[in-house]
Amino acid sequence: MVEVLSGLLVVCGIFLFASGTLGLLRLPDFYCRMHATGKCDTLGALLTLTGLAIYNGFSLVSLKIIFIVIFIFLAIPTATHAIGRAALVNRVLPWTKKDKNK
Amino acid sequence: MKDFFLWMSLILGFLILVSLYRGVGGPGFLNRIVGINVIGTKIVVILILMGLFIQRVDMFVDISLAYAFLNFIGTLAAAKYLERKGAI
Repeated sequence: MVEVLSGLLVVCGIFLFASGTLGLLRLPDFYCRMHATGKCDTLGALLTLTGLAIYNGFSLVSLKIIFIVIFIFLAIPTATHAIGRAALVNRVLPWTKKDKNK
Repeated sequence: MKDFFLWMSLILGFLILVSLYRGVGGPGFLNRIVGINVIGTKIVVILILMGLFIQRVDMFVDISLAYAFLNFIGTLAAAKYLERKGAI
């Protein structure tokens, strides 16, 4: 029962990582790529590490894994916001429809 | 269950190799920073998976925690530098 729940959470997290990487490779602009990776990586790491903590059982190691989950849940949106602010200060223009044929 | 962890970490390694394309050759500094941030997040997960695979997770969880801190601080420092200098 514990193994089934943990495996399901890990598979969902890996699927979110894969979709984030697909967005990083295929989307046309810097802002679009940041939009894909910022959200998919946060939820993917959260689901995968929660599944591994459930599999490991109730111990100090699981407490450390839950601490990593909380830190990642705070850190990745902050880093994404900082990179986006740096791009906006340096006047990187967003992608529009008239850039489609370039 | 150990084979399951091995296969999941192999899939994550393939995703790291694919996203290294954006980390090395992406146009401009900002795309490279985003690519390296994504790779660091995947490595944090892959360290816990490897620790559960070779059954030494009490050692690998500390390395993973330190890697998460370093990844966050490095990305934040690069973003602040680019915001102040305007070096694009």
